[in-house]
Amino acid sequence: MSGAVLVLNEEERLLRDTAREFLQSHAPVAALRRLRDTRDELGYAPDLWRSMVELGWASITLPEQYGGLDFGFRGLGVVLEECGRTLAASPLFATGVVGASAILLGGSEQQRTTLLPEIARGGLTLALALEETHHHRPHHIATTAEARSDGFTLNGRKTFVLDGHSADRLIVVARSDGDVDSQSGLTLFLVHPMTDGVVRERTIMADSRNAANIRFDNVTVGADSVLGAVNGGHEILAPVLDRGRVAIAAEMMGLALEAFERTVAYLKERRQFDAPIGSFQALQHRAALMQSELELARSVVLAALSAVDQTPQQLPLLASLAKARLNELVKLVTNEAVQMHGGIGVTDELEIGFFLKRARVAMQVFGDTGFHKDRYATLCGY
Amino acid sequence: MGDLELDSFRSETRAWLEANCPESQRQPISPEEQYWGGRRGKFPSEDARLWFQRMRERGWIAPEWPAAYGGGGLSALQGRIIKEEMKRIRARAPIYGIGLWMLGPAILEYGTEAQKQQHIPAIINGETRWAQGYSEPGAGSDLASLQCRAEAQGDHFLVNGSKIWTTSADKCDWIFCLVRTDPVAPKHEGISFLLIDMDDPGVTTRPIELISGESEFCQTFFDNVMVPRENLVGGLNKGWAVAKALLVHERKLMAELGTDTPRQMVEPRAAARDYLAFEAGRIADARLRSDLVDYEMLMHAVGLTHARCFEESQAGAWSAAPLVMKYVGTEAEKVKSELLLAIMGSRGLGWEGEGFSQAEIDTLRLWAMSKAMTIAGGTSEIQLNVIAKRVLELPQ
Repeated sequence: MSGAVLVLNEEERLLRDTAREFLQSHAPVAALRRLRDTRDELGYAPDLWRSMVELGWASITLPEQYGGLDFGFRGLGVVLEECGRTLAASPLFATGVVGASAILLGGSEQQRTTLLPEIARGGLTLALALEETHHHRPHHIATTAEARSDGFTLNGRKTFVLDGHSADRLIVVARSDGDVDSQSGLTLFLVHPMTDGVVRERTIMADSRNAANIRFDNVTVGADSVLGAVNGGHEILAPVLDRGRVAIAAEMMGLALEAFERTVAYLKERRQFDAPIGSFQALQHRAALMQSELELARSVVLAALSAVDQTPQQLPLLASLAKARLNELVKLVTNEAVQMHGGIGVTDELEIGFFLKRARVAMQVFGDTGFHKDRYATLCGY
Repeated sequence: MGDLELDSFRSETRAWLEANCPESQRQPISPEEQYWGGRRGKFPSEDARLWFQRMRERGWIAPEWPAAYGGGGLSALQGRIIKEEMKRIRARAPIYGIGLWMLGPAILEYGTEAQKQQHIPAIINGETRWAQGYSEPGAGSDLASLQCRAEAQGDHFLVNGSKIWTTSADKCDWIFCLVRTDPVAPKHEGISFLLIDMDDPGVTTRPIELISGESEFCQTFFDNVMVPRENLVGGLNKGWAVAKALLVHERKLMAELGTDTPRQMVEPRAAARDYLAFEAGRIADARLRSDLVDYEMLMHAVGLTHARCFEESQAGAWSAAPLVMKYVGTEAEKVKSELLLAIMGSRGLGWEGEGFSQAEIDTLRLWAMSKAMTIAGGTSEIQLNVIAKRVLELPQ
């Protein structure tokens, strides 16, 4: 690698400042609270998404030929980190990162030229229907895809499908061959959610964001709905999941920074025993320890984002490093944030609780710490 | 200096190093092969002497120090290029020592003209080996409470007291000390920075044996030692500012040299292959496998953060990262040592003798030494205080 990899360049800093300003005024934590309290059916504000699209974020990593900004994953990371700071609810992750990557890396030229510019224009949202159990197991696919003369029949159940209840199109991971835990024999399908036999049930989770359980009962799809090669699903899925892991790690970085900075501000302001509680060494040391962890996380996230575009051969290891370390970071920081705020920390009125809850959901997305420790060890040969 | 000139400086540097660095000086260095200078210092080999002399004549013992005192008179960028080019061919440092690393920069910043002329060329020429006299038996983390007394008496100070953790002081010629020159002033304001010739009457040193069996550290005693007044650096009662400047160099050094040890370092992943059972390509013991991956992920993150610190310094960008690295790096060393012991089981418990391999014994000794890493140069607790104060700006 040449040039600066672990420092933001001028262009990226400008993007960060723009994103911060925009999100703090248009999508503060209060906006998420409003979505939650009004039981909003969509789970995000369409106006906000339209504005994000206008800023080019929906297609920030896509090549220009498909209407994208071609800013790379470092640019995406900068935006997602700011989204993490305000807990902005939007289709950016499910559509702009996961969905767009799946089509870019797996789609035929025809699928790419029709679908990607649609994403860039804000006319198409996507959801990856992958998980079948309550832990991330990307090869544990029992949903079947049975070949018919003119296409396939899908049967099975999916869970924890982010944006699954609202997406315009589902990317379904199904088994066209092999045993339930085999990484070969997987095929990706683009499925319209209004197809007969697709039953979507929105779930209400801790973070007030969107996920769904989806059932496929004898869903018939045409041969043209296959994304990539039949039985070639793993080859697409592997890099898509790694991109998703790195992207959500960037969001978690922002979440951790914001929760931490709010906590440090509170330590300076709250007084007990006639002194700011931040003057107590018991709290200072815990805060300093978190600062150390944040510094390590910052380097890991930047390295992982850079790897997507610059050194993809290092991506699997760095993606697992980033997801595992950020999982543990947000757990530590959000727990400490609540504890250091004391009584008010466990009230719904204080926004810290939103960070705590979002952290727990993000920790489960595309692999918990145990999953990524195991993967890292396996990649290292032990 | 423009890019073009720097490029040509780099190619000249490369050519000169290629022509002048003996092949034997391009190999990894063992402790016996290090040259530390001083009156009693000996070159470990003829090649080492040749390499040192060539570098000195070139002005590259201290490339960025003024040429008037024997330095190279080069810019920081040029200095970095020399370092990079030396690293490229794995050239050894021609001389080691805290005179070069720590005291020299402080004298150049705070010293008098006479002090610069007396001490800077002597450091560069390898004539004096320096020890550091900061801590005392009663002044560790609370360094400013130090009691070693220097009483002004006409043209000299009369020094009484002792200094502890004076690294290799039994092999050194001079010692720079923090001494109390005003016993009634607030503690930070009554301290001076004094240079003391260890051959002076009344200076004695004895080594201290540590739990690792090493006795690199010493205690140095001062009994009515007469030190000329002109050996004061930075003004009377102004020693704390000089000390703080030096501490920054020391912590940076400790973070960088964290793993630079004379003993044979075993890597936990390699140890796992040698000492643990595998089942289907995995370490069978789930707990040790989990601990190993935790450690490797931590070190991966630490390595990336070192790289980020370097990139940031190149780009002139400020971040808090360098301030956390002493804490993070030394704590990681302890994690590593405990992990190695756990992986080696009873084979990791050998102290000496035939029953164990040298690597096993070294692992245990390093484990004991790792306990000192989070104490020396400011304990982990002091590092956390510094982060809380300087990065988080928490109220004191």
